[in-house]
Amino acid sequence: MMPGLENGKILDNRQVAGDWYVMDVAAPATARQCQPGQFLHIRPADNYDPLLRRPLSIYDVLPDSGLISLLYRVVGRGTSLLAKFAADEFINIMGPLGRGWSMPASAENLLLVGGGIGVAPLMYLARVARQRECRVRLLFGASEAAQLSGAARFEKIGVDVKRASMDGSLGYPGRVTDLLNDEIATDYARVYTCGPAPMMALVARWASTSGVWGEVSLEEHMACGVGACLGCVCQLDPFQPGYVKVCKDGPVFNVDQVRWMQQTPAGEVTGSE
Amino acid sequence: MNNGHHPSPNLAVDLGGIKMNNPVAVASGTFGYGREYEDYLDIAAVGAVIVKGTTLEARLGNPPPRIIETPAGMLNAIGLENPGVEVFLHDHLPYLRDKGVTVIANLAGNSIEDYAAVSACLEGHAGIAGIELNISCPNVKKGGLQFGTDPWMVQQVVAAVKKETSLPVMPKLSPNVTNIVEIAHAAREGGADALSMINTLMGMAIDVEHRRPVLTNIFGGLSGPAIKPVALRMIYQVHREMDIPILGGGGIMNARDALEFILAGASAVSIGTGNFVNPRAAFDVLKGIQDYMQVYGVQRIADLVGKAVLR
Repeated sequence: MMPGLENGKILDNRQVAGDWYVMDVAAPATARQCQPGQFLHIRPADNYDPLLRRPLSIYDVLPDSGLISLLYRVVGRGTSLLAKFAADEFINIMGPLGRGWSMPASAENLLLVGGGIGVAPLMYLARVARQRECRVRLLFGASEAAQLSGAARFEKIGVDVKRASMDGSLGYPGRVTDLLNDEIATDYARVYTCGPAPMMALVARWASTSGVWGEVSLEEHMACGVGACLGCVCQLDPFQPGYVKVCKDGPVFNVDQVRWMQQTPAGEVTGSE
Repeated sequence: MNNGHHPSPNLAVDLGGIKMNNPVAVASGTFGYGREYEDYLDIAAVGAVIVKGTTLEARLGNPPPRIIETPAGMLNAIGLENPGVEVFLHDHLPYLRDKGVTVIANLAGNSIEDYAAVSACLEGHAGIAGIELNISCPNVKKGGLQFGTDPWMVQQVVAAVKKETSLPVMPKLSPNVTNIVEIAHAAREGGADALSMINTLMGMAIDVEHRRPVLTNIFGGLSGPAIKPVALRMIYQVHREMDIPILGGGGIMNARDALEFILAGASAVSIGTGNFVNPRAAFDVLKGIQDYMQVYGVQRIADLVGKAVLR
């Protein structure tokens, strides 16, 4: 596998809910290389405002069609500019980068837990897992119903989705992690999660107390994206000195590698949103 | 490439004994140990790869956040995270040597003795073209005063390293000084074979929501296009005053930027933050310099050095 640089042609870039957008890009060379859980490093402007690339999770890929979808939330200058790109414009893509999810080789039962925009890296994981005839359940939580509209994309490929919304407008009213109470950990061979740090901490604890293998995907601001600048490091365990590079060693880590601090606001421990 | 009128331009540079096949290097701390960028370009074709700053012992670096983007630039406070000189020599150098990469080691320390000791470790290891000295480190024996901001300390540290090594020595000057020419003179008095200019400018950023500095280290080094005019000015000043080869860098993003540095007085250039934006920047910049030389019939890159003059 060899990442590269490609000018992807934007086919569609649409608002799906509030500040959430989906961009579909034709980038055949990149699409062929993408593994679930990896990210693309995207240049939001061809001037110096902003200067750096933005790491975006790979949401979905159709390798044979050369198509990549990105689900992103507008949080600052870079993502605001991304949201302004129109169909037929080109966008410079570096990647795919990082260590993605460890995929089951054969049919297994998988539990996916996505919180908010953290659902993004789970879609392509679900697609590849379904191709390997895995049974996949997604617990998908968000603040409001509109953000949960992407659940249909999962259902279309045969994922069993349970929804939760904080405002109670759709599915279970409350936190997605409450849905874990209805799940039996040992029904699953693997648990994959991405979302706010406190949410991932609960999922990780649920998985490891039951002895279920699990992985989490972390997020950080990045400069190089390839492990050269050491700008995106994170201390996985506050009691163990030393840092990992989120861009190169991750963004996916095993739940056993991470020691979560209790009751810290999102972003404090892992930088995850 | 040869249009029949002009022979292929001679791009080779002798940077005070550091032999480069072309004038485009990549800056320390922005290119890892080279391998990180192998998917994007032929690292053996880069003029020189200045590897990650190396200290005698391993360093963990600063707690995150370590970087923050700023207008046309970024601040970093990595804190010299590195595995120590022995790991560099045994895990990274042989690979680069076998690939035929022109390697410049970047060394750092917190005392004169540190610098001398880490320099001595390189002796007898083939495949290092020269030493770049990071002198923007605090001197713990002088109350944390940065080596690079005091002419006497600059001279002392360069002299101490020269005594320990047979390699060309190139201190990387800190721009956080009042008189860069005075510092450059001190470096040459200490025996510097070349100068690397400039290191980052010290700066900071504040998170107004949380009312705290963004970087855990509070201060960080500013790099990127924002610092280019400062770098050009300092290189111009030093080149006008002294006859010493300069490796110029500070916000180079493309060939035009690089040519500005060469015309200001740099014999070669280094790309730092630009690598993050364009991982093929070193290749693209070199290509642009070659095109410029072809268009203007410049035979040797040396013919352009310091040629920016008021007419």
